[in-house]
Amino acid sequence: MTKELDLSALKAKSRKIRKEIVSMVYHANSGHLGGSLGATDIVVALYYHIMNHDADNPQWAQRDRFILSKGHCTPVIYAVLADCSYFPTEDLKTFRRPGSHLQGHPFQPKTPGIEASTGTLGLGISTGVGMALAAKVRKENHYYYILCGDGEIQEGQVWEAAMFANKYKLDNVIAFVDRNYLQTDGNSEVVMPLNPLKPKWESFGWHVLEIDGNDFTQVISAVEEAKKMKGKPSMIIARTVKGKGVSFMENEASWHGTPPKKEEYERAIKELNDGV
Amino acid sequence: MEYKQTRMGYVHGLLELARSIPELVVLDADVAKATKTAEFEAVYPERFFNCGVQEQNMLSVAAGLALEGFLPFASTFGVFATCRAGDQMRNSVAYPKLNVKIGATHCGISTGGDGASHQSIEDIAIARSFPNMTVLVPGDYEEAKQCTIAAAKFKGPVYLRFGRDAYPVVEELHGKFEIGKAKFLKGGNELTIITTGIMACEGLIAAETLAKEGCDARVIHMPTVKPIDRQAIVSAACETRRIITVEEHSIIGGLGEAVAGVTAEVCPCYVLRVGVKDVFGESGESNELLNKYGLRAANIVNAARQLLRMSI
Repeated sequence: MTKELDLSALKAKSRKIRKEIVSMVYHANSGHLGGSLGATDIVVALYYHIMNHDADNPQWAQRDRFILSKGHCTPVIYAVLADCSYFPTEDLKTFRRPGSHLQGHPFQPKTPGIEASTGTLGLGISTGVGMALAAKVRKENHYYYILCGDGEIQEGQVWEAAMFANKYKLDNVIAFVDRNYLQTDGNSEVVMPLNPLKPKWESFGWHVLEIDGNDFTQVISAVEEAKKMKGKPSMIIARTVKGKGVSFMENEASWHGTPPKKEEYERAIKELNDGV
Repeated sequence: MEYKQTRMGYVHGLLELARSIPELVVLDADVAKATKTAEFEAVYPERFFNCGVQEQNMLSVAAGLALEGFLPFASTFGVFATCRAGDQMRNSVAYPKLNVKIGATHCGISTGGDGASHQSIEDIAIARSFPNMTVLVPGDYEEAKQCTIAAAKFKGPVYLRFGRDAYPVVEELHGKFEIGKAKFLKGGNELTIITTGIMACEGLIAAETLAKEGCDARVIHMPTVKPIDRQAIVSAACETRRIITVEEHSIIGGLGEAVAGVTAEVCPCYVLRVGVKDVFGESGESNELLNKYGLRAANIVNAARQLLRMSI
Protein backbone atom coordinates (compact mmCIF):
# COMPACT_ATOMS: atom_id res chain seq x y z
CA MET A 1 0.00 0.00 0.00
CA THR A 2 1.58 3.28 -1.10
CA LYS A 3 0.28 6.42 0.48
CA GLU A 4 0.77 9.77 -1.15
CA LEU A 5 3.46 11.66 0.66
CA ASP A 6 2.17 14.88 2.20
CA LEU A 7 5.25 16.48 3.70
CA SER A 8 3.52 19.59 5.03
CA ALA A 9 0.95 17.42 6.83
CA LEU A 10 3.73 15.35 8.44
CA LYS A 11 5.56 18.51 9.49
CA ALA A 12 2.41 19.91 11.04
CA LYS A 13 1.86 16.61 12.83
CA SER A 14 5.39 16.63 14.25
CA ARG A 15 4.86 20.17 15.53
CA LYS A 16 1.63 19.11 17.24
CA ILE A 17 3.24 16.02 18.76
CA ARG A 18 6.21 18.04 20.01
CA LYS A 19 3.85 20.45 21.78
CA GLU A 20 2.10 17.53 23.46
CA ILE A 21 5.48 16.13 24.54
CA VAL A 22 6.59 19.39 26.14
CA SER A 23 3.20 19.81 27.75
CA MET A 24 3.10 16.26 29.15
CA VAL A 25 6.54 16.50 30.70
CA TYR A 26 5.85 19.97 32.06
CA HIS A 27 2.54 18.95 33.67
CA ALA A 28 3.94 15.69 35.02
CA ASN A 29 7.03 17.63 36.16
CA SER A 30 8.89 14.50 35.14
CA GLY A 31 9.86 12.66 31.96
CA HIS A 32 12.30 12.60 29.08
CA LEU A 33 12.08 15.53 26.70
CA GLY A 34 15.26 15.53 24.63
CA GLY A 35 15.07 12.03 23.20
CA SER A 36 11.32 12.29 22.65
CA LEU A 37 11.63 15.52 20.66
CA GLY A 38 14.53 14.16 18.63
CA ALA A 39 12.72 10.94 17.70
CA THR A 40 9.41 12.63 16.89
CA ASP A 41 9.92 12.75 13.12
CA ILE A 42 10.74 9.02 12.96
CA VAL A 43 7.68 8.07 15.01
CA VAL A 44 5.44 10.44 13.05
CA ALA A 45 6.69 9.07 9.72
CA LEU A 46 5.96 5.54 10.95
CA TYR A 47 2.46 6.11 12.35
CA TYR A 48 1.17 8.61 9.78
CA HIS A 49 2.76 7.32 6.61
CA ILE A 50 4.58 3.99 6.82
CA MET A 51 2.78 1.59 9.15
CA ASN A 52 -0.44 -0.31 8.63
CA HIS A 53 -2.33 0.02 11.88
CA ASP A 54 -5.85 0.58 13.10
CA ALA A 55 -6.65 2.32 16.38
CA ASP A 56 -10.16 0.86 16.28
CA ASN A 57 -8.67 -2.61 16.23
CA PRO A 58 -5.37 -2.50 18.14
CA GLN A 59 -5.11 -6.31 18.10
CA TRP A 60 -5.54 -6.58 14.31
CA ALA A 61 -3.26 -9.55 13.49
CA GLN A 62 -1.80 -8.07 10.30
CA ARG A 63 -0.88 -4.71 11.79
CA ASP A 64 2.71 -3.51 11.74
CA ARG A 65 4.15 -3.34 15.25
CA PHE A 66 6.20 -0.52 16.77
CA ILE A 67 8.38 -1.21 19.79
CA LEU A 68 9.88 1.65 21.74
CA SER A 69 13.07 0.02 22.95
CA LYS A 70 14.34 3.36 24.28
CA GLY A 71 11.47 3.09 26.74
CA HIS A 72 12.09 6.38 28.51
CA CYS A 73 10.79 8.27 25.46
CA THR A 74 7.17 7.48 26.28
CA PRO A 75 6.05 11.10 25.74
CA VAL A 76 6.46 10.76 21.96
CA ILE A 77 4.65 7.43 21.63
CA TYR A 78 1.87 8.41 24.04
CA ALA A 79 1.29 11.68 22.17
CA VAL A 80 1.14 9.82 18.86
CA LEU A 81 -1.12 7.04 20.13
CA ALA A 82 -3.52 9.58 21.64
CA ASP A 83 -3.53 11.60 18.42
CA CYS A 84 -4.32 8.38 16.51
CA SER A 85 -7.24 7.78 18.95
CA TYR A 86 -5.86 4.67 20.66
CA PHE A 87 -7.00 6.38 23.88
CA PRO A 88 -8.43 9.81 24.78
CA THR A 89 -6.09 12.79 24.54
CA GLU A 90 -7.17 13.84 28.06
CA ASP A 91 -5.30 10.78 29.36
CA LEU A 92 -2.03 12.52 28.52
CA LYS A 93 -2.62 14.78 31.53
CA THR A 94 -2.29 11.70 33.75
CA PHE A 95 1.19 10.81 32.47
CA ARG A 96 3.37 9.48 35.32
CA ARG A 97 0.56 9.99 37.89
CA PRO A 98 -0.71 7.25 40.23
CA GLY A 99 -3.52 5.23 38.67
CA SER A 100 -2.67 6.27 35.11
CA HIS A 101 -2.25 3.76 32.31
CA LEU A 102 0.49 6.05 31.03
CA GLN A 103 3.42 4.81 33.05
CA GLY A 104 6.85 6.42 32.88
CA HIS A 105 7.99 3.53 30.70
CA PRO A 106 5.77 1.54 28.30
CA PHE A 107 3.57 -1.08 29.96
CA GLN A 108 1.88 -3.19 27.32
CA PRO A 109 -0.93 -4.73 29.40
CA LYS A 110 -2.38 -1.32 30.30
CA THR A 111 -1.93 0.99 27.32
CA PRO A 112 -3.80 0.41 24.04
CA GLY A 113 -1.36 0.50 21.14
CA ILE A 114 1.73 -0.28 23.22
CA GLU A 115 3.10 -3.55 21.86
CA ALA A 116 5.77 -4.43 24.42
CA SER A 117 6.78 -3.47 27.94
CA THR A 118 10.23 -1.91 27.89
CA GLY A 119 12.22 0.31 30.14
CA THR A 120 15.45 -1.23 31.21
CA LEU A 121 17.48 -0.74 28.08
CA GLY A 122 18.00 -3.58 25.64
CA LEU A 123 14.75 -5.38 26.46
CA GLY A 124 12.74 -3.89 23.60
CA ILE A 125 14.90 -5.02 20.72
CA SER A 126 15.07 -8.55 22.15
CA THR A 127 11.33 -8.68 22.68
CA GLY A 128 10.84 -7.27 19.19
CA VAL A 129 12.99 -9.91 17.52
CA GLY A 130 11.11 -12.57 19.51
CA MET A 131 7.82 -11.18 18.16
CA ALA A 132 9.29 -11.06 14.67
CA LEU A 133 10.35 -14.70 14.97
CA ALA A 134 6.75 -15.59 15.82
CA ALA A 135 5.58 -13.87 12.61
CA LYS A 136 8.24 -15.69 10.58
CA VAL A 137 7.19 -19.05 11.99
CA ARG A 138 3.59 -18.27 11.02
CA LYS A 139 4.63 -16.88 7.63
CA GLU A 140 2.96 -13.52 8.30
CA ASN A 141 3.94 -10.45 6.33
CA HIS A 142 3.77 -7.50 8.68
CA TYR A 143 6.80 -5.58 9.95
CA TYR A 144 8.36 -4.89 13.33
CA TYR A 145 9.70 -1.35 13.74
CA ILE A 146 12.01 -1.07 16.73
CA LEU A 147 13.41 2.23 17.97
CA CYS A 148 16.64 2.03 19.99
CA GLY A 149 18.56 4.85 21.59
CA ASP A 150 22.24 5.21 20.79
CA GLY A 151 23.14 5.09 24.47
CA GLU A 152 20.94 2.02 24.72
CA ILE A 153 23.01 0.00 22.29
CA GLN A 154 25.88 0.03 24.76
CA GLU A 155 23.89 -2.74 26.47
CA GLY A 156 25.23 -6.23 25.74
CA GLN A 157 21.70 -7.59 25.32
CA VAL A 158 21.27 -5.46 22.18
CA TRP A 159 24.09 -7.36 20.49
CA GLU A 160 22.62 -10.67 21.62
CA ALA A 161 19.43 -9.65 19.86
CA ALA A 162 21.47 -8.55 16.83
CA MET A 163 23.01 -12.03 16.53
CA PHE A 164 19.64 -13.68 17.03
CA ALA A 165 17.92 -11.63 14.30
CA ASN A 166 20.72 -12.52 11.90
CA LYS A 167 20.52 -16.24 12.74
CA TYR A 168 16.79 -16.39 12.05
CA LYS A 169 17.01 -14.06 9.00
CA LEU A 170 14.41 -11.70 10.42
CA ASP A 171 13.90 -9.43 7.42
CA ASN A 172 10.61 -8.37 8.98
CA VAL A 173 12.62 -6.35 11.50
CA ILE A 174 13.33 -2.73 10.59
CA ALA A 175 15.09 -1.10 13.51
CA PHE A 176 16.36 2.41 14.11
CA VAL A 177 19.21 3.73 16.20
CA ASP A 178 18.24 7.22 17.28
CA ARG A 179 21.74 8.58 16.77
CA ASN A 180 21.78 11.86 18.65
CA TYR A 181 25.22 11.33 20.23
CA LEU A 182 23.91 12.26 23.66
CA GLN A 183 23.11 10.12 26.65
CA THR A 184 22.42 10.89 30.31
CA ASP A 185 26.02 11.59 31.25
CA GLY A 186 27.03 13.37 28.06
CA ASN A 187 28.42 12.66 24.59
CA SER A 188 28.19 9.00 23.66
CA GLU A 189 31.68 9.00 22.21
CA VAL A 190 33.05 10.13 25.55
CA VAL A 191 30.83 8.06 27.85
CA MET A 192 31.29 4.85 25.83
CA PRO A 193 32.31 5.19 22.20
CA LEU A 194 30.01 3.59 19.61
CA ASN A 195 31.72 4.58 16.38
CA PRO A 196 32.25 3.21 13.86
CA LEU A 197 28.63 2.17 14.15
CA LYS A 198 27.72 1.13 10.62
CA PRO A 199 30.39 -1.60 10.32
CA LYS A 200 29.44 -2.88 13.78
CA TRP A 201 25.90 -3.66 12.67
CA GLU A 202 27.05 -4.88 9.25
CA SER A 203 29.44 -7.32 10.87
CA PHE A 204 26.50 -8.67 12.86
CA GLY A 205 24.80 -9.50 9.57
CA TRP A 206 22.42 -6.56 9.35
CA HIS A 207 21.54 -4.44 6.34
CA VAL A 208 22.52 -0.95 7.47
CA LEU A 209 21.37 2.44 6.21
CA GLU A 210 22.47 5.87 7.40
CA ILE A 211 20.09 8.81 7.20
CA ASP A 212 19.04 12.11 8.70
CA GLY A 213 16.32 11.01 11.11
CA ASN A 214 14.71 14.44 11.20
CA ASP A 215 14.06 14.35 7.45
CA PHE A 216 10.79 12.63 6.55
CA THR A 217 11.73 11.79 2.98
CA GLN A 218 14.93 10.10 4.14
CA VAL A 219 13.12 8.12 6.85
CA ILE A 220 10.46 6.97 4.39
CA SER A 221 12.82 6.04 1.59
CA ALA A 222 15.12 4.19 4.01
CA VAL A 223 12.18 2.07 5.17
CA GLU A 224 11.23 1.37 1.56
CA GLU A 225 14.78 0.27 0.84
CA ALA A 226 14.83 -1.87 4.01
CA LYS A 227 11.67 -3.65 2.89
CA LYS A 228 13.40 -4.70 -0.33
CA MET A 229 16.18 -6.48 1.58
CA LYS A 230 15.34 -10.17 1.90
CA GLY A 231 16.92 -12.54 4.41
CA LYS A 232 18.44 -9.84 6.63
CA PRO A 233 17.17 -7.53 9.35
CA SER A 234 17.69 -3.82 8.66
CA MET A 235 19.15 -1.18 10.92
CA ILE A 236 18.59 2.47 10.05
CA ILE A 237 21.13 4.64 11.81
CA ALA A 238 19.17 7.86 12.01
CA ARG A 239 21.13 10.98 12.88
CA THR A 240 18.82 13.14 14.95
CA VAL A 241 19.03 16.28 17.01
CA LYS A 242 18.19 15.62 20.62
CA GLY A 243 15.65 18.22 21.75
CA LYS A 244 14.73 19.00 18.13
CA GLY A 245 12.28 21.86 17.63
CA VAL A 246 13.04 23.78 20.82
CA SER A 247 16.15 25.90 20.30
CA PHE A 248 17.46 25.88 23.85
CA MET A 249 16.95 22.13 24.24
CA GLU A 250 18.68 21.11 21.01
CA ASN A 251 21.90 19.11 21.46
CA GLU A 252 21.86 19.64 25.22
CA ALA A 253 22.42 16.47 27.26
CA SER A 254 20.98 18.28 30.29
CA TRP A 255 17.51 18.04 28.71
CA HIS A 256 17.65 14.23 28.72
CA GLY A 257 15.46 13.76 31.74
CA THR A 258 14.72 17.19 33.17
CA PRO A 259 11.26 18.77 33.09
CA PRO A 260 10.99 22.42 31.99
CA LYS A 261 10.22 25.23 34.41
CA LYS A 262 7.17 27.40 33.69
CA GLU A 263 8.97 30.04 31.64
CA GLU A 264 10.91 27.39 29.74
CA TYR A 265 7.68 25.56 29.00
CA GLU A 266 6.01 28.72 27.72
CA ARG A 267 9.00 29.62 25.59
CA ALA A 268 9.14 26.08 24.15
CA ILE A 269 5.45 26.12 23.24
CA LYS A 270 5.81 29.56 21.67
CA GLU A 271 8.75 28.39 19.55
CA LEU A 272 6.82 25.32 18.42
CA ASN A 273 3.77 27.44 17.62
CA ASP A 274 5.86 29.90 15.65
CA GLY A 275 7.69 27.05 13.93
CA VAL A 276 11.07 28.63 14.64
CA MET B 1 15.18 -47.49 45.31
CA GLU B 2 14.75 -46.15 41.79
CA TYR B 3 16.59 -42.97 40.79
CA LYS B 4 15.56 -40.60 37.99
CA GLN B 5 16.41 -37.05 36.93
CA THR B 6 13.88 -34.28 37.48
CA ARG B 7 15.15 -32.58 34.29
CA MET B 8 14.00 -35.68 32.40
CA GLY B 9 10.57 -35.19 33.93
CA TYR B 10 10.64 -31.67 32.48
CA VAL B 11 11.39 -32.74 28.91
CA HIS B 12 9.04 -35.71 29.04
CA GLY B 13 6.32 -33.34 30.21
CA LEU B 14 7.12 -31.02 27.29
CA LEU B 15 6.97 -33.87 24.78
CA GLU B 16 3.60 -34.93 26.12
CA LEU B 17 2.25 -31.36 26.01
CA ALA B 18 3.55 -30.63 22.51
CA ARG B 19 1.18 -33.18 21.01
CA SER B 20 -1.91 -31.27 22.13
CA ILE B 21 -0.61 -27.66 22.33
CA PRO B 22 0.64 -26.49 18.91
CA GLU B 23 1.65 -23.09 20.35
CA LEU B 24 4.17 -24.70 22.68
CA VAL B 25 7.77 -23.89 21.72
CA VAL B 26 11.03 -24.52 23.56
CA LEU B 27 14.04 -22.22 23.81
CA ASP B 28 17.44 -23.04 25.16
CA ALA B 29 20.70 -21.18 25.67
CA ASP B 30 23.34 -23.63 24.47
CA VAL B 31 22.76 -26.13 27.26
CA ALA B 32 20.15 -28.25 25.48
CA LYS B 33 22.03 -31.47 26.11
CA ALA B 34 22.21 -30.63 29.80
CA THR B 35 18.67 -29.34 30.28
CA LYS B 36 17.57 -32.32 28.12
CA THR B 37 15.58 -30.09 25.75
CA ALA B 38 17.74 -31.60 22.97
CA GLU B 39 15.31 -34.51 23.21
CA PHE B 40 12.49 -32.11 22.41
CA GLU B 41 14.49 -30.66 19.51
CA ALA B 42 14.98 -34.16 18.09
CA VAL B 43 11.22 -34.62 17.83
CA TYR B 44 10.12 -31.03 17.11
CA PRO B 45 13.03 -29.24 15.42
CA GLU B 46 10.77 -26.53 14.00
CA ARG B 47 9.47 -25.73 17.49
CA PHE B 48 12.88 -25.45 19.12
CA PHE B 49 15.04 -22.29 19.14
CA ASN B 50 18.58 -22.38 20.38
CA CYS B 51 19.52 -18.86 21.46
CA GLY B 52 23.17 -19.64 22.00
CA VAL B 53 24.81 -18.36 25.17
CA GLN B 54 22.29 -15.54 25.53
CA GLU B 55 20.15 -16.05 28.59
CA GLN B 56 19.10 -12.40 28.71
CA ASN B 57 18.05 -12.27 25.08
CA MET B 58 16.35 -15.65 25.44
CA LEU B 59 13.98 -14.47 28.17
CA SER B 60 13.03 -11.29 26.28
CA VAL B 61 12.61 -13.29 23.05
CA ALA B 62 10.34 -15.64 25.02
CA ALA B 63 8.33 -12.59 26.08
CA GLY B 64 8.02 -11.57 22.42
CA LEU B 65 6.84 -15.04 21.44
CA ALA B 66 4.28 -14.99 24.26
CA LEU B 67 3.02 -11.57 23.13
CA GLU B 68 2.32 -13.12 19.73
CA GLY B 69 0.40 -16.03 21.25
CA PHE B 70 3.03 -18.75 21.57
CA LEU B 71 3.64 -20.73 24.76
CA PRO B 72 7.40 -20.57 25.25
CA PHE B 73 9.37 -22.71 27.70
CA ALA B 74 12.78 -21.05 28.09
CA SER B 75 15.37 -23.43 29.45
CA THR B 76 18.76 -22.91 31.03
CA PHE B 77 20.54 -23.47 34.34
CA GLY B 78 18.87 -21.89 37.35
CA VAL B 79 21.81 -19.67 38.20
CA PHE B 80 21.76 -18.13 34.70
CA ALA B 81 17.99 -17.78 34.51
CA THR B 82 17.72 -15.86 37.78
CA CYS B 83 21.06 -14.11 38.26
CA ARG B 84 22.32 -13.45 34.71
CA ALA B 85 18.84 -12.79 33.31
CA GLY B 86 17.16 -11.47 36.44
CA ASP B 87 16.24 -8.15 34.82
CA GLN B 88 14.67 -9.87 31.83
CA MET B 89 12.76 -12.24 34.11
CA ARG B 90 11.49 -9.28 36.08
CA ASN B 91 10.79 -6.66 33.42
CA SER B 92 10.15 -8.67 30.24
CA VAL B 93 8.24 -11.55 31.83
CA ALA B 94 6.91 -10.98 35.35
CA TYR B 95 5.92 -7.30 35.17
CA PRO B 96 3.67 -7.65 32.09
CA LYS B 97 2.58 -11.07 33.43
CA LEU B 98 3.33 -12.85 30.16
CA ASN B 99 2.68 -16.51 29.58
CA VAL B 100 6.34 -17.50 29.69
CA LYS B 101 7.59 -20.60 31.49
CA ILE B 102 11.17 -20.72 32.68
CA GLY B 103 12.54 -24.25 32.97
CA ALA B 104 15.60 -24.02 35.20
CA THR B 105 17.77 -27.07 35.64
CA HIS B 106 20.95 -27.75 37.64
CA CYS B 107 19.44 -26.03 40.67
CA GLY B 108 20.56 -26.49 44.21
CA ILE B 109 23.96 -27.65 45.38
CA SER B 110 23.81 -31.15 43.91
CA THR B 111 25.29 -30.10 40.58
CA GLY B 112 28.51 -31.96 41.16
CA GLY B 113 31.91 -30.76 40.07
CA ASP B 114 31.07 -27.38 38.57
CA GLY B 115 31.32 -25.62 41.89
CA ALA B 116 29.73 -22.55 43.43
CA SER B 117 29.49 -20.46 40.24
CA HIS B 118 27.00 -22.96 38.85
CA GLN B 119 25.16 -23.89 42.03
CA SER B 120 21.86 -22.11 42.15
CA ILE B 121 21.03 -21.61 45.80
CA GLU B 122 19.37 -18.18 45.57
CA ASP B 123 17.01 -18.78 42.66
CA ILE B 124 13.86 -19.49 44.68
CA ALA B 125 14.44 -16.28 46.63
CA ILE B 126 14.89 -14.23 43.46
CA ALA B 127 12.00 -15.76 41.52
CA ARG B 128 9.50 -15.58 44.37
CA SER B 129 10.33 -11.95 45.08
CA PHE B 130 8.92 -10.91 41.68
CA PRO B 131 5.20 -10.11 41.67
CA ASN B 132 3.12 -12.31 39.31
CA MET B 133 5.70 -15.12 39.43
CA THR B 134 4.66 -18.66 40.34
CA VAL B 135 7.46 -20.88 41.64
CA LEU B 136 7.34 -24.67 41.33
CA VAL B 137 9.94 -26.96 42.89
CA PRO B 138 9.17 -30.62 42.21
CA GLY B 139 10.53 -33.45 44.35
CA ASP B 140 11.13 -36.19 41.84
CA TYR B 141 10.89 -37.16 38.18
CA GLU B 142 7.16 -37.80 38.21
CA GLU B 143 6.36 -34.60 40.07
CA ALA B 144 8.62 -32.68 37.69
CA LYS B 145 6.45 -33.93 34.86
CA GLN B 146 3.30 -32.99 36.79
CA CYS B 147 4.65 -29.47 37.39
CA THR B 148 5.56 -28.99 33.73
CA ILE B 149 2.09 -30.02 32.60
CA ALA B 150 0.40 -27.85 35.25
CA ALA B 151 2.57 -24.86 34.28
CA ALA B 152 1.53 -25.16 30.64
CA LYS B 153 -2.13 -25.14 31.61
CA PHE B 154 -1.69 -22.16 33.94
CA LYS B 155 -1.80 -18.71 32.34
CA GLY B 156 1.07 -16.54 33.54
CA PRO B 157 4.78 -16.64 34.28
CA VAL B 158 6.09 -19.75 36.03
CA TYR B 159 9.57 -20.55 37.30
CA LEU B 160 10.16 -24.31 37.29
CA ARG B 161 13.09 -25.61 39.31
CA PHE B 162 14.79 -28.87 38.45
CA GLY B 163 18.04 -30.52 39.48
CA ARG B 164 20.86 -32.21 37.62
CA ASP B 165 21.34 -35.58 39.26
CA ALA B 166 19.16 -38.65 39.46
CA TYR B 167 17.15 -38.47 42.66
CA PRO B 168 15.01 -41.09 44.40
CA VAL B 169 11.55 -41.67 43.00
CA VAL B 170 9.18 -41.04 45.90
CA GLU B 171 5.84 -42.83 45.56
CA GLU B 172 4.26 -40.60 48.20
CA LEU B 173 4.61 -37.59 45.86
CA HIS B 174 2.59 -39.05 43.04
CA GLY B 175 -0.86 -37.96 44.11
CA LYS B 176 -2.82 -35.19 42.43
CA PHE B 177 -0.77 -32.07 41.74
CA GLU B 178 -2.34 -28.66 41.94
CA ILE B 179 -0.46 -25.35 41.84
CA GLY B 180 -0.55 -23.76 45.29
CA LYS B 181 -1.46 -26.96 47.14
CA ALA B 182 0.81 -28.84 49.53
CA LYS B 183 0.97 -32.62 49.53
CA PHE B 184 0.49 -34.37 52.87
CA LEU B 185 2.99 -37.21 53.00
CA LYS B 186 2.63 -38.35 56.61
CA GLY B 187 0.37 -37.46 59.52
CA GLY B 188 1.76 -36.49 62.92
CA ASN B 189 1.19 -33.99 65.71
CA GLU B 190 4.45 -33.30 67.53
CA LEU B 191 6.22 -31.36 64.83
CA THR B 192 5.95 -30.73 61.10
CA ILE B 193 8.65 -31.19 58.51
CA ILE B 194 7.90 -29.07 55.44
CA THR B 195 9.98 -29.92 52.39
CA THR B 196 10.34 -28.67 48.87
CA GLY B 197 12.16 -30.15 45.89
CA ILE B 198 14.29 -33.23 46.31
CA MET B 199 14.30 -32.81 50.08
CA ALA B 200 10.94 -34.60 50.26
CA CYS B 201 12.76 -37.92 50.36
CA GLU B 202 15.05 -36.77 53.20
CA GLY B 203 12.02 -35.49 55.10
CA LEU B 204 10.33 -38.87 54.96
CA ILE B 205 13.48 -40.70 56.05
CA ALA B 206 13.88 -38.25 58.95
CA ALA B 207 10.27 -38.84 60.02
CA GLU B 208 10.92 -42.60 60.13
CA THR B 209 13.96 -42.10 62.36
CA LEU B 210 12.01 -39.75 64.60
CA ALA B 211 9.19 -42.27 64.87
CA LYS B 212 11.66 -44.79 66.26
CA GLU B 213 12.60 -42.18 68.88
CA GLY B 214 8.95 -41.82 69.76
CA CYS B 215 8.33 -38.53 67.94
CA ASP B 216 5.32 -38.44 65.67
CA ALA B 217 6.28 -36.01 62.90
CA ARG B 218 3.99 -34.69 60.20
CA VAL B 219 5.54 -34.39 56.73
CA ILE B 220 4.23 -31.89 54.22
CA HIS B 221 5.74 -31.40 50.80
CA MET B 222 5.42 -28.08 48.99
CA PRO B 223 6.14 -28.34 45.28
CA THR B 224 4.67 -24.82 44.98
CA VAL B 225 6.73 -22.30 46.91
CA LYS B 226 4.70 -19.43 45.50
CA PRO B 227 1.81 -19.03 45.96
CA ILE B 228 2.49 -20.83 49.24
CA ASP B 229 -0.22 -23.06 50.72
CA ARG B 230 -1.02 -20.88 53.74
CA GLN B 231 -3.71 -23.20 55.05
CA ALA B 232 -1.34 -26.15 55.27
CA ILE B 233 1.19 -24.01 57.15
CA VAL B 234 -1.37 -22.54 59.54
CA SER B 235 -2.75 -26.00 60.38
CA ALA B 236 0.75 -27.33 60.96
CA ALA B 237 1.67 -24.33 63.12
CA CYS B 238 -1.50 -24.49 65.22
CA GLU B 239 -1.60 -28.26 65.59
CA THR B 240 2.06 -29.21 65.97
CA ARG B 241 3.60 -25.93 67.23
CA ARG B 242 6.98 -26.82 65.75
CA ILE B 243 8.08 -26.61 62.12
CA ILE B 244 11.24 -27.59 60.31
CA THR B 245 11.61 -26.42 56.71
CA VAL B 246 13.95 -28.28 54.38
CA GLU B 247 15.20 -27.01 51.03
CA GLU B 248 18.19 -27.46 48.76
CA HIS B 249 18.59 -23.69 48.69
CA SER B 250 19.90 -20.90 50.86
CA ILE B 251 18.03 -20.48 54.12
CA ILE B 252 17.63 -16.85 53.00
CA GLY B 253 14.57 -16.08 50.93
CA GLY B 254 13.42 -19.59 50.12
CA LEU B 255 10.84 -22.01 51.52
CA GLY B 256 11.91 -21.44 55.12
CA GLU B 257 11.28 -17.72 55.04
CA ALA B 258 8.07 -18.19 53.06
CA VAL B 259 6.77 -20.52 55.79
CA ALA B 260 8.05 -18.34 58.64
CA GLY B 261 6.37 -15.35 57.01
CA VAL B 262 3.02 -17.08 57.31
CA THR B 263 3.45 -18.42 60.84
CA ALA B 264 4.77 -15.10 62.14
CA GLU B 265 1.61 -13.36 61.01
CA VAL B 266 -1.00 -15.99 61.82
CA CYS B 267 0.19 -18.52 64.38
CA PRO B 268 3.66 -17.79 65.74
CA CYS B 269 5.74 -20.88 66.43
CA TYR B 270 9.32 -22.05 66.13
CA VAL B 271 10.46 -22.54 62.54
CA LEU B 272 13.92 -24.07 62.09
CA ARG B 273 15.35 -23.83 58.59
CA VAL B 274 17.40 -26.67 57.16
CA GLY B 275 19.16 -25.44 54.03
CA VAL B 276 22.42 -23.95 52.82
CA LYS B 277 23.49 -21.62 55.60
CA ASP B 278 24.28 -18.42 53.71
CA VAL B 279 27.50 -19.73 52.23
CA PHE B 280 28.60 -20.50 48.68
CA GLY B 281 29.12 -24.13 47.74
CA GLU B 282 32.12 -25.79 46.12
CA SER B 283 33.07 -28.60 43.75
CA GLY B 284 32.44 -32.18 44.74
CA GLU B 285 30.24 -35.20 44.22
CA SER B 286 26.62 -34.31 44.83
CA ASN B 287 26.32 -36.81 47.65
CA GLU B 288 29.38 -35.38 49.33
CA LEU B 289 27.99 -31.87 49.00
CA LEU B 290 24.54 -32.76 50.33
CA ASN B 291 26.31 -34.26 53.36
CA LYS B 292 28.75 -31.42 53.85
CA TYR B 293 26.15 -28.64 53.53
CA GLY B 294 23.73 -30.30 55.92
CA LEU B 295 20.95 -31.34 53.56
CA ARG B 296 20.32 -34.84 54.82
CA ALA B 297 17.73 -36.66 56.92
CA ALA B 298 20.26 -36.66 59.78
CA ASN B 299 20.30 -32.87 59.74
CA ILE B 300 16.52 -32.78 59.91
CA VAL B 301 16.56 -35.24 62.81
CA ASN B 302 19.08 -33.04 64.65
CA ALA B 303 16.92 -30.00 64.05
CA ALA B 304 13.92 -31.95 65.38
CA ARG B 305 15.78 -32.96 68.54
CA GLN B 306 16.77 -29.33 69.10
CA LEU B 307 13.20 -28.21 68.51
CA LEU B 308 11.79 -30.79 70.92
CA ARG B 309 14.05 -29.41 73.66
CA MET B 310 12.72 -25.90 73.18
CA SER B 311 9.73 -25.03 75.35
CA ILE B 312 6.56 -24.05 73.51
